[in-house]
Formats: sequence, C-alpha cells, structure tokens
Amino acid sequence: MIIKGKVWKFKDNIDTDIIIPARYLNTSDPKELALHCMEDYDSEFVNKLNQGDMIVAGRNFGCGSSREHAPIALKAAGVSCIIARSFARIFFRNAINIGLPIFECEEIADQCSEGDFLKVDTASGMIKNLSSYKVYKTNLLPEFIQKVISVGGLREYVREELKRREKNV
Amino acid sequence: MGKTIVEKILSAHTDTDNFRIGDIIKARVDFAFANDITAPIALKYFKESGARQVFDKKRIGLIPDHFAPNKDIKSAEQCKLLKEFAQEYEIENYFEIGKMGIEHALLPEKGLVLPGDVVVGADSHTDTSGALGALAIGVGSTDWAAVMALGEVWLKVPPTIKFIYSGKLNKWVSGKDLILYTISRIGVDGANYKVMEFSGEVIKSLSMDNRFTICNMAIEAGAKTGIIEPDEITLEYLKGRAKRPFQIYHSDPDAHYEKIVEIDVSKIEPQVAFPHLPENAKPISKAKGIKIDQSIIGSCTNGRIEDLRIAAEILRGQQVHSKVRLIIIPATQDIYLQAIREGLVDIFITAGGAVSTPTCGPCLGGYMGILAKGEKAISTTNRNFVGRMGHPESEVYLASPALAAASAILGRIASPEEVK
Repeated sequence: MIIKGKVWKFKDNIDTDIIIPARYLNTSDPKELALHCMEDYDSEFVNKLNQGDMIVAGRNFGCGSSREHAPIALKAAGVSCIIARSFARIFFRNAINIGLPIFECEEIADQCSEGDFLKVDTASGMIKNLSSYKVYKTNLLPEFIQKVISVGGLREYVREELKRREKNV
Repeated sequence: MGKTIVEKILSAHTDTDNFRIGDIIKARVDFAFANDITAPIALKYFKESGARQVFDKKRIGLIPDHFAPNKDIKSAEQCKLLKEFAQEYEIENYFEIGKMGIEHALLPEKGLVLPGDVVVGADSHTDTSGALGALAIGVGSTDWAAVMALGEVWLKVPPTIKFIYSGKLNKWVSGKDLILYTISRIGVDGANYKVMEFSGEVIKSLSMDNRFTICNMAIEAGAKTGIIEPDEITLEYLKGRAKRPFQIYHSDPDAHYEKIVEIDVSKIEPQVAFPHLPENAKPISKAKGIKIDQSIIGSCTNGRIEDLRIAAEILRGQQVHSKVRLIIIPATQDIYLQAIREGLVDIFITAGGAVSTPTCGPCLGGYMGILAKGEKAISTTNRNFVGRMGHPESEVYLASPALAAASAILGRIASPEEVK
C-alpha cells in the first residue's frame, strides 16, 4: 500500500492520556473517540487534521496505558501513518493489530519538518519525503507480524487459527 | 549459559526449542484478564472471531474497576457488557461490585495469578503480578481477545536488565521510592521492550505489598514487565490463597543480562515525581513546600493494607489541612474490611479524610477526585501525565503513602518527619 500525507510533528514521550484522555474512555466508538484525539495537547488538532495526514514523533510514542482507544482515535481522526524514533511496546502492538501503519525511523524524526509531505510504501518500508526529496529505508517488521498483517490483521489470524484447530480435532 | 527466570518461564510455556532474545514465539497463557475499559472492545472482537468458547472458563478474569461502581450511563453500559459476557460464557472469575477490587491487587489476593505463570492482562499495570515470580504482560484489547480465543499469545523474547539493590533503607523509604528513583535513573523508556528483574538483599527484605508496588511501575520505564524471584515471603503470601499448583523458577547465577544496574539504597530519600513524567523524581528534601489541593492514597500501585497502615500511622490524632481533600481508596474489598477491623478507617475519617469503595477512579481522571484547572495533587498512583487526574492544567506529584499522608496534614508536599 502506498500512502501520501502531510506531516504533523510531535515531541518525545507522547503518552496515551494525551492521545485520548481517559475521561472519554466510557465509550469505544471510534468516531466519538476521534473527536477528542490529542485534545489536551492541541484542542484544534482534530479540526486542523486532513484525512490521510501523518504523525512524525520523537521517542517513546504511545507510552502509558494499554488502551487500544489511542490508535483507534488516531486512525478514526484521519491519521494514515505514524513514524517515530521509537514506540512504547503496547502501543506498537495495538497499532499493528488495528491496521494503523507505523514505522520506527530516527532520521525522519530528525530531518523532516511540520508540513512536509511524505510518501510511504508500507510493503517495502521505503519512505520518501516529497518536500525534501530524501529517501529513507525503514526496518521491515518481523516475519510473523508480516504474516498477521498479510491475512488481514490479528482478528483474521485468530479466525484462521480457530478453523485450523477445528480441522485437527 | 544459564537462563533468567523469564527465559525459564517462557521455555515451560512454548513448544519452540532453543529460542533466542528477539525471536517471536507463541506462549501458552495461564491466566488472562481485562477491565471495563479494555474488555468491551475485546469481547466484541472475540465474538466476531468466530470463537465458540473461551480457552478456559476458570482462567479468565473480568473485573469492572476503572469506572466502577458505574460513574455514568456510558460506563454502566460498558460494565454491563462484562456481566452479560460472563454469564453467556460461564466465566467464573467475574467480580461484581461488593466483591471486586482493583484488578492488579485483587487477582494476587485471590490466588488466581501464581509464580511461574504466563499472565496476560488487558491493562498496562498487569506487570504488578511479576512480584510473585510470574511473567505478567500488559496488552491491548485485540491481543487480549486473541488470547481469550486461543489460550496463547505471540511474544518477542525480551532481554532482561537486572537491578540489584543493596544497603540500608532510610526511614520512610518504601518500594514506591525505590521504583520512582529507579525510573528517574533510566528514564520513561529506559526499559522499553525489556524485562526489569528486581533483586538484591533489599528486595529480599521487602514485604509482598512493597514488591507489588515496585513491579507495578516497571511499565513507567517502558518495560515489558517487572519480575522478582519467589522466596519464603512469596510462599508465605500464597499460603491459603493459591487456587492451583504452581512452579517456582529462579535465574541461574550465569544467566545473561543485557545490563546490570546496582543501586545503593542508603543514598535514597523518599521520592516525589514532578509533573508531567514519572521519571521526574526528586528527593523530598528538594520537593518540600509545594501547596496541594488534594491527596490520593490508593490505586493498583499503593492501595494495599500496608500502604493504609503507614498512612494511618501518620494521620493518627492529626487533622487533614483545611484546604486539602484527602481521598483514601482501599484497593480491594478484603483490604477495605481489614482496614475497618484494624481501626484504620476510623483514623482516616476522624482526621477528616474521605474513604471510598475500591475503584481506579481518580488515578486516570475517571471520577472520585478530579482536579480543577490549576489544582495540584500529591498521589500514590502511577502516572502524572498532562491531564491524567483531570484538567489539562492540573498537576500530579507521585509519591508514597507516607508522603501523601504527611502532605495532606500540612497542606503542602512534606515529609512525615515534619508532622508532630
């Protein structure tokens, strides 16, 4: 999949309470969660964001709670991809599980500016900055995770695994 | 080469031979649990996956604790989903209000998570049970739904950092101070994707309640989990609780660690983590004087009986400052009852504190102690992010129950030594 989008830059240690404050966790409706995404960081963020925009962040993006509502809110708000120097591990798993593409890349976090346009090839991990013409190669995900993604995410993987087990009984 | 406790637990739970750090393996799960925030998404996914039953009715926990007792209609709807699912799928360990507690205090207390287990919880503070010598890992809702259906989880075999604590603990220094100090040393991503193994003579001398507090906050350094080798204190705690047989594992003397961090506790004062990251810990001598509006004693971090005993020791015969709200939340019904029987609740209420039924409530800015704009709280909870306990312009200072109690009396961040 090829995605193109405008960059919004974020600092280090963006936590899940910033991404979606817990006071809104009495629902799991993606549309409702999206309305409050990053609200305590920039109350206008959701209104400024265009469908397909990307986040480029520093270290430890998504630290804190295990709430899957965080990547759900970002995706529903229109974020197409997140590139960070590093991700907190539960957020990393959650993003992959709900089908939100994420990449670790220190150079992009350092070198790209807010408002740049990026082109991301999710299959090859190649990312091109369309504003500076620089090209970056990110590390591919481990084989097992690629397999999970290729069958359509963890939910599909579970469905297939259950079928396989039933046959073997 | 020897193995760490985590490598031994993984070996016992996987069919993969000779795995290495960084390999992805599938591990069998001994106990899996979720709460009223994370379960609703997971239960929906579980049903959509085509699974007809859960992997084991006895090994699933559903605990409404975050916004329960229900704080509003939406929360009530979420909690109702847990109850209905528990009935439909005959989940034994569903804990209704009146029997519940904060999941990470409740499950060890009930003997449902045990040494040597692989525990997967849909909550980041699942690492708490590492204090029993279990491999306890927090995940999100989709991962948890998969565990409920398959009884296994995919994991990247993590490297371990060993922390060795030695020296004599100073007065009022608790497990909370040790973990806040440790996080300040390595940073909020200092153990990202890694295991923190807590060891040394100091850890061996600590009670289970202090050990739970330490492992609870490993996630605040980004860790996959925290773990402590079981010993006599662990076995004593498990007597009369353990609901099934369990296996004790220890790290080999020649086990490989990514790093070893030695900490001399005699140099550590009680700690206060300043807004807005848990890594911002300072010694109390450099934190005194900040005026507070609220003091919270409770949560999965510090809502256990010893935490309440220490708070009561300081609050006995004292009065909470006229401009401070002191809110004390025992973590489980059993702890609450014990606190009543020991006269602790009497001390809290006589001092002008409010005592609540168990809930995560204020820790994550849910309810039962939300901060207004500009307000400051000292809290025994685990996170002090922007807006964590309420208004985005409020502030949370993390500390031990002793400091939270002393500060409630004096109306400012204070050491128990200052309370006469």
